[in-house]
Amino acid sequence: MKLSGSEIVVQFLKDEGVEFVFGYPGGAVLHMYDAIFQQEEVKHILVRHEQGATHAADGYARSTGKPGVVLVTSGPGATNAVTGIATAHLDSIPMVVITGQVASPFIGSDAFQEVDAVGITRPCVKHNFLVKDVKDLAMTLKKAFYVATSGRPGPVVVDIPKDVTDPNIKIDYEYPKEVQMRSYNPTVKGHPGQISKAVDLILSAKRPMIYSGGGVVLSNASEELVKFTRILGYPITQTLMGLGAYPASDEQFVGMLGMHGTYEANMAMHDCDVLIAIGARFDDRVTGELKKFCPHARIIHLDIDPASISKNVKVDVPIVGDIKHVLSDLNKALKVDKQKPDSKALKAWWKQIDEWRSKDCYRYDRNSALIKPQFVIEKLHEVTHGDAIVTSDVGQHQMFAAQFYSFEKPRRWINSGGLGTMGFGLPAAIGAQLGNPDATVACVTGEASIQMCIQELSTALQYMTPIKVVNLNNRYMGMVRQWQEFFYESRYSHSYVDALPDLVKLAEAYGHVGMCIDKPEDVEGALKEAFAMKDRLVFMDFITDQKENVYPMIAAGKGHNEMHERELA
Amino acid sequence: MRHIISLLMENESGALSRVAGLFSARGYNIESLTVAPTEDSSLSRMTLVTIGSENVVEQIIKQLNKLIDVVKLDDITNGSHIERELMLIKVRAMTSNQRDEMKRMADVFRGRILDVTEETYTIELTGTGDKLDAFISAIESADIIETVRSGATGIARGSKSLHV
Repeated sequence: MKLSGSEIVVQFLKDEGVEFVFGYPGGAVLHMYDAIFQQEEVKHILVRHEQGATHAADGYARSTGKPGVVLVTSGPGATNAVTGIATAHLDSIPMVVITGQVASPFIGSDAFQEVDAVGITRPCVKHNFLVKDVKDLAMTLKKAFYVATSGRPGPVVVDIPKDVTDPNIKIDYEYPKEVQMRSYNPTVKGHPGQISKAVDLILSAKRPMIYSGGGVVLSNASEELVKFTRILGYPITQTLMGLGAYPASDEQFVGMLGMHGTYEANMAMHDCDVLIAIGARFDDRVTGELKKFCPHARIIHLDIDPASISKNVKVDVPIVGDIKHVLSDLNKALKVDKQKPDSKALKAWWKQIDEWRSKDCYRYDRNSALIKPQFVIEKLHEVTHGDAIVTSDVGQHQMFAAQFYSFEKPRRWINSGGLGTMGFGLPAAIGAQLGNPDATVACVTGEASIQMCIQELSTALQYMTPIKVVNLNNRYMGMVRQWQEFFYESRYSHSYVDALPDLVKLAEAYGHVGMCIDKPEDVEGALKEAFAMKDRLVFMDFITDQKENVYPMIAAGKGHNEMHERELA
Repeated sequence: MRHIISLLMENESGALSRVAGLFSARGYNIESLTVAPTEDSSLSRMTLVTIGSENVVEQIIKQLNKLIDVVKLDDITNGSHIERELMLIKVRAMTSNQRDEMKRMADVFRGRILDVTEETYTIELTGTGDKLDAFISAIESADIIETVRSGATGIARGSKSLHV
C-alpha cells in the first residue's frame, strides 16, 4: 500500500502491536499527529510535559514487559524527554522515543525549535537513529523496536525530520516482519562450559548467597529464579530493582541488600564464600566500598551484558546470556548432578543468618503519636493485600516502600533505581494503570518529588486512571535531610520546603479526591476509603514524622558489615 | 599498557562521535584515533590507540563492542602486528649546510622530501610512533616549522584479519 511518512509511522506502530503512544504535539510532528487523528487503534495519551510522557511510557513498559512508546516534537520536546530517556537507560527499560526534527534542509541552521536530538541523547540511549529518507523509515523503526527490546533492553531514539513525514509524498509500505543487523547479535544461551563450572562452584559452597537484580524481572525469569533458589535451599537477597522476582514472604528471602538493605542480607553478603549474582550489576549503592565487598567470596555472575561482567567487581565464573535461559540450564544441570548442596554447612549458615535476622533491623517506634512513614506502607500493603503495582519517586519514601511493601510478584515495584529521578512516580503510575487497567496502582511519593511532575494529575483525569497517591509529607526532602543530619552536622541546607501548596486542594483543583491524614489511628481507615473509590484518583496527604530516618544505612566508604543501625529507647 | 584497537563500524553518520563520546563519558584515555572508509563502502575502519590497565582495556573493548554500530573489533597488540603512522614535517632549510643536514637526516630515517622552497623542506616519514618521535628529537627543535601526524594505524601479521 502507498503511504506517506506520517502514515507509515502510525501504520508501523499498529503492525508492531503498539497500544499506547505517550506524547505531546508540536510543529515538527504535526504531520504525524494528523495521521494519529485519523485512526483509532493506536491510542495517544496526551501528557502535560514531555518528561511525563517518557516516565509514563516507562511505567507502562516496566509493568507490562512491552516496550513503551513516546512521541515528542523537536527542540524543547526532545530535551524535556531526556530525563525520562536517561531514567529508562540506567534501568534498562525498553522504550522507543520518536522525536520530531526540523525539515532536513534546515538541519544545522539553528532553525526554530532545532536541537541535535541524536547528539544530545547519544550518551543516554541504547542506540539512536536519524531518518534521512522516507524509504528508510519503516526499517529504521523496526530496528529501533528490535534493539530496544532484545539483549539488554534500553531506550532507542528515532529522530524524524519533518519533510520525511510529508503527507504528500507517498511510497510503498510493507511491514518489515524481521530485521537482521550484522553488528548486533545479543547472546541468549549461556556457554555450557561456564554453566558446568558454575554448578561445581555453587555446590561447593559452605556459605552461599544468591544476589539477584532487575535483570531477572527484565527477562521474565522469576519462575526459574524461584526454582533455582528452592532446589539449592540457599539464602537469597534482591536489589532494589529486583524486588518481587522472588516472593518477599518466603523464608529463604533475607531482604533487600545494599545501602538501606537488611542487616541479615548485608552481613550474609560480607561473610559468604560463594556469591551467585543473577542479573545484577554491582551498583555502588549495593556494593558499598568495593575494597570491602564480599571479601571471602568466589563470584559467579549471570548477565546478558558482557560489559557488566567484571566492570566493578572481578568475577570468577561469568556466564553471558539471557537470565531465563541460563537459569533454566542451571536448574537442569543441578537436577542431574550427583553432588548435592552441603546440608551440614548450610544448616550452620542458616543458623547464623537467623541470628542476624532476629535483630529486626527495620524496627521503628510503633507507639509514636506522629504518623511513621513505615506504618503507612505496612498498612498500604495490608489494604491492597500486597498485590498492588506500587510506583515511587526518589528518596526516603522510596526506601520505605522497598523495605516495607513486601513484593510477592515481579513487575509490581516500579521505581527509578539507577538514575534516581524525582518526578518519576506519578507519570509511571499512569502508564502502569493504562497497561494494567484492572490492577490496583499506588504511587508512593513525597511532597518534594510529587511536585516535580505534579502537572500529570491532569493527564490522570483525562484518561481516568484511578491511581492512589500515597504522599508521605514530612515537609523536607527527607533523604537530603537525613544525609545532612548524619554527615553535615544537621545543617539542613535548602532541604526544607517553606511554602508548600495545600495538596488536598490542589488534587481537588485537578478534579480528583484529596485527603489529609495526620493521626496514626486514621491511616488505615483513610487507605480503605481511598482504595474503595475504584474509579477515582485519590491523593492522600499523610503528614508524617519530620525526623524519621531510613535504617539501616551503609555510609559512603563503608563495607556491608559496617551498617548504621537504629537506636531505639 | 599501550593497546591498538582496530574496529569495523557501520559507515553511518555519527559513528565517530559514538566512539569519541564513549571515551569521554567513561573517562578512558585516547592517544590517537583514525577513521577512513574501507574497500566495502558500508564499513569504516577505525584505529584507536589507548593506554590503560588490563581491566580498563578489557572494559574499553566490551564497551566498544556494545555500541550497536560496531561490527567487529580486535586488539591487534595481543598478537604480532604491523603499526604505521604517517608524519609530514616542515623544516627550515636555509643555508646549504642546513639543507645537506636535513637531506641526510631524511635519508637516514627513510623519509622523502615532498616539497622544496628556498627556505624549507617538507619531509614525509612513515613508521611506528617511536620512529617518528626519534626523528623529531634527532633534528634541532628550532628548525621545525610544523608537524602533522596521522595517528597510528595497524594490521595483524600473517593470515589473521579483521573483516566481515
